[in-house]
Amino acid sequence: MAEFDLNNVDDMYFDVLKELGNIGAGNAASSLAQMLQTKVDMKVPRVELLDFSELGEAMGGEEQIMAGIYLLVQGDITGSIMFLLEERSAHTLVSKLMGTSPGDHAGFDEMESSALKEIGNIITGAYLNSLSAITNLTITESIPSLAVDMAGAILSVPAIEFGMVGDKMLLIQTSFTDDEELNGYFILVPDLPSYSKLLQALGVMQA
Amino acid sequence: MGGLIKVGMADLKLCLPPEGITTLGLGSCVGVAIRDTNNKIGGLAHVMLPDSKAIKNAGTNLAKFADTGVMELVRLMEQKGARRIRMVAKIAGGAKMFDFKNDNALMQVGDRNVEAVKKKLKELGIRLLAEDCGLNFGRTVEFFPETGDFVIKAVGKPVKTI
Repeated sequence: MAEFDLNNVDDMYFDVLKELGNIGAGNAASSLAQMLQTKVDMKVPRVELLDFSELGEAMGGEEQIMAGIYLLVQGDITGSIMFLLEERSAHTLVSKLMGTSPGDHAGFDEMESSALKEIGNIITGAYLNSLSAITNLTITESIPSLAVDMAGAILSVPAIEFGMVGDKMLLIQTSFTDDEELNGYFILVPDLPSYSKLLQALGVMQA
Repeated sequence: MGGLIKVGMADLKLCLPPEGITTLGLGSCVGVAIRDTNNKIGGLAHVMLPDSKAIKNAGTNLAKFADTGVMELVRLMEQKGARRIRMVAKIAGGAKMFDFKNDNALMQVGDRNVEAVKKKLKELGIRLLAEDCGLNFGRTVEFFPETGDFVIKAVGKPVKTI
């Protein structure tokens, strides 16, 4: 079996990964719209393969406070998926979902935390469902775990997973808009055998 | 004094006094600060993973791993005239950012990073003076080789110097 190497992703594989990102994020946006019962527009996601040292900058600085919802991926492929939101965007989304006015307090209380986890769950679930539908692979996810902290610290977790297979990380940036712009990021981390499985299931890699 | 020298993720740099050096938002990664107590030559490494030998395609970035990262930092410091026998270290990071019921090896990577750094320091005969590791939050660190001060900042917590 051909070995997948994240350090030398050729253009075709990158395009495929990009397209997966587009489709997944599109599905995630429509499930977000359903959840909030509003129209949600989504810009074309930016998909980038970044060096670890560039990660923080890509999200507005390593010390930018973000909410990260992280789930383990199981089934035919294994790995993890993370959905990250800027703190302000996270507050906006939570208050929309709960029908309250956006709190100006730092951090998130217990109710808000569980709402955030639910948002992460639905959005990543929509993402993975579309991936599963395209590839015919069975993909399930664990219950979500939430951290609100510096971007660098949250990103260290998926970065370490990428670090086990290479020196770069695949980041999908999506920006949702309803009345105001909400910036979110997806990070899907299949482990190395799963990359090959995904690409084979899509017919772009020979078994 | 100007701005601080910045060390990224999976990166390491030297720092000569009176300058200071920083790395932002350490999560499960570990920041390793080392200085020569005599000539004050210092450096900081931001390592991500414990063991370069445990990974098939370890790549060429020595700073990514605890074992090779600490070794490389010490080597560069020695090149500048630091002596291993006078070196002391302070470390921070190795947090567990997410909590899952069924802990897998990945979730414990913070602890494993800390252990690997300590093991390498011991192997090289470098004394560990202080640490601020573990728990579940991110840390920004600033290191000043002139004094040896290692300043740790975390969200919603008082700044502390070890």
